[in-house]
Formats: sequence, structure tokens, C-alpha cells
Amino acid sequence: MGTSTAPVSSWASDFDVMAPEYVADPFSIWDELRSACPVAHTDRRGSTWLPTRYADVTAMAHDVEHFSSLEVAVIPFEGEAPDEPLLPYGLPPISSDPPLHTWTRRLLLPWFSHRRVATYEAMTRALCRGLIDGFAAQGRADAAADYAQQIPVRVIAHILGVSPDLADTFTGWVRDVLEFADDPERRARGVQGLLNYFIAEVALRRDEPGEDLLSELLRTEVDGAPMEESLVLGSAALVLIAGVDTTWSAIGSSLWHLAAHPDDRARLVADPALMDLAVEELLRAYSPVTMARVVTTDVEFEGCPMKAGDRILMNFPAANRDPEVFDRADTVVLDRAHNRHVAFGSGIHRCAGSNLARMELRVALEEWLAHIPEFHLDGDDEVTWAGGQVRGPRRLPVVFP
Amino acid sequence: MRIRVDPDKCQGHGRCYGLAPELFDIDDYGLSTVVGDGSVPAALEEKARLAVANCPEFAIEEVPASP
Repeated sequence: MGTSTAPVSSWASDFDVMAPEYVADPFSIWDELRSACPVAHTDRRGSTWLPTRYADVTAMAHDVEHFSSLEVAVIPFEGEAPDEPLLPYGLPPISSDPPLHTWTRRLLLPWFSHRRVATYEAMTRALCRGLIDGFAAQGRADAAADYAQQIPVRVIAHILGVSPDLADTFTGWVRDVLEFADDPERRARGVQGLLNYFIAEVALRRDEPGEDLLSELLRTEVDGAPMEESLVLGSAALVLIAGVDTTWSAIGSSLWHLAAHPDDRARLVADPALMDLAVEELLRAYSPVTMARVVTTDVEFEGCPMKAGDRILMNFPAANRDPEVFDRADTVVLDRAHNRHVAFGSGIHRCAGSNLARMELRVALEEWLAHIPEFHLDGDDEVTWAGGQVRGPRRLPVVFP
Repeated sequence: MRIRVDPDKCQGHGRCYGLAPELFDIDDYGLSTVVGDGSVPAALEEKARLAVANCPEFAIEEVPASP
């Protein structure tokens, strides 16, 4: 399997989601593919398919028999994964199919229910205000690094019952695993850092259990026996990995949009009641997350001969830009009333943290706009984006004179 | 107007509850059910239509009036 860095010869047959032009502007590439070749293919990083239509992406998400979640990394782990002996099941429930998926997911869901998420709102709001207080007087900030990136990791640390002082360390590990996945050494370092940390935390909680998610997982019994430690570690690592740069990317992309579109910014400031619909529309237009699936048995899908072991990139972001489903799909319409977007996926793997992500995005935007209602980009060229599994701005310099 | 949620389709996105908390109950796993028998007061019909039109799983539908 090649990780060729050669320029893309054809987006239909040689796509590369890590190519700089794809990271910078995937939207025009998807538009082209949807009409020319709606399920694209590449042999980069192994035989992989890329659907771009809403109907295809959601159909595949619902067909868990042919499209398994045993491999969900957009950049596949090559050879012996360093974590293999420690995490035989990966990070359940995201990396599992039923029946393991079903019960491990039920363990996590109540921590992210509407009711529970409401109890995290006050600390999220205080956190956002504290961050804004730190840079408001300076008239400029990096809205990605100084703000968006700082929020979800601390909320997740609170839920897991781990120290918020380690936020930067957690962020580093998560970026190593997801954002720098093309660098095997860096990725292995991130995986190892996360695992070692949670192994130590599990030992601490066996001695002194608390009311946090990690302690709760350790108390869980399955068929009369304690839940396997590898499953506890996998689920805890999942909550951190999945809850950090996904939401931070959504917050960053939304602030980028508002910085770059003064009319939308002014409209949202003038009419805060628009916020709930605006949050959904920003999630639709800038969906951060792409997940992978692996084909279980040879199958023909929309005329494409898929082989067992081929990988699928579940292109939820492209589905959400499909003009067959969304009127003016490439335009942000803050009060879009009909919006069946699948930013959080579709089917049984619907993001378990979607309520939390929505709350964080809403509160982060509310607090920013309440304190910094006027802001704009500090020179377009300085914004940098990450892509692959999660797309969002990593540097977002804005000024608010 | 009456609505119902198909429990086999609902995956707990929670969009209906977010748009119309008066019309839906949601459990700890995110699964949605209609309040009461799903009858929608006239004043909430617009909200009910929004809930139908925003469900990513097409799990909510209007129940046709009995003939």
C-alpha cells in the first residue's frame, strides 16, 4: 500500500484526502465528483472508496453487514498497530459492530444525554468567558488555538474525571493520533501517551473510585464479571479522542465563517434566537468528521465492484453539501429550516456525544458574539486548515479593533 | 395533526426534541417518543413539521387522519 505524495492524477480514480488542495477546498472537488463519479476510488493507502452523495453515504452507514466499523481510521494503521495487544477491540463502540457495539454504546450514552449535557453548560460557559477575558483587551486572537482548541478538551476532562491541567498534553496526543496520522512515529507516540495515561488512571480509580465516567466503567459488570480492562481503556480513550478536536474544529470553522461573512455575523448578533438553527447549518456546511468502514464481503455498490477488505471513507461532510438534498447546498443559510444533515453520522453509529458537541458549539459562539460581536480575519493567508479524519482551522488569526 | 416516531428508525439525534420539546420525550439513550398520543395542538403544527423535516433518519411522520 502506497502513501504516495505524488500529485493527484484524477480525483475520480486517484483521490487523496490528505492532498493540500483537498484539505483547503474539498467542496469543489465533491461537487465535481458528485456529477462525474459519485463514488470515487483510490489505491493510495490501500483500495479505498469515497462516496459523495447523501443517498449513498447514508445507505452505506445503515448497511453494517457489508460495511463494518472494525476499521474507522481514515489513515489506516499500517502493519502491527502499537496498541494491538492492549486494545484488541480498538475503541468501542466506535470501532465495533453489534453485538459489542450495542452494549458498549449504551454504557456511554447516558453521560451525553440531553439532561446530563445541560449540567455541563455552566462550566462550559465560564470556561469560554475566562478564555475571552484572556485576550479581549488585545484586540486580536487566534480563534482556533486560543479559543476553540481550549474548550472541548476541558469539558471532556471534567466528564472523565481527569485533570484539566493536562489539557495541552491531551490535545497533543489527540492531534498525534488524528491530525498527524500520516506520520507513523508521531501517531504511535500519541496512542502510547493516551494509553499509558489511562492505564495509570484506571489503577488510581480501582483504589479510589469516584463518580466519573472512568470509575463508572470500572464498576460495570458484563454477564456477572467486571468489564474487561481493555474495553474500559478503549472506551475512555474514545471519549477523549472523539470529543476533542471534532468539536474544536466545528467551533473553529464556525468562527472562521462568521469572521469571513460579516452579514451572517451581524445577523446572528442582532438575532440571537437564530442560534439553534445557525448551529445546525454551520454543522452542515462545515461538518468536521469523516469516518471509515471496511468492506466485509465482495459487494457491488452503485456499479462499483467493492472487494472484501476495501475501505470506505464515510463522507458525511460531502453528503451535507449534496444539492439533491439541500437547496443552495454550498451556501450557508443561517435559518435553514429543512436540514436533515448527517454531521454526526447516520444509523447505529450516530455520534454518541452529539448533544455535548452541540451545546459546546452553541455556548462557544454565544459567548464569543456576546463579548466580541465585531471581528474579522487578520489576513486570509494566515489561516491554516487540518484535514483527513477531522477538518477544521488550526490557525485562525482574527482582529476585533 | 398527529405525529409518530418510528422506534426502529430513531437513532437518538435529538433534533426533534431540540426543535419541539413540547411534542417529544427523550430518554437517557437519546431515543425519542411522542408526548401523549402524538396529537399536535394547532399552535405547534409548524414546530411539528420542522421536527419531521429535520430528522436525519426520516423517523418522524405525520399520521394520516382516519377516514
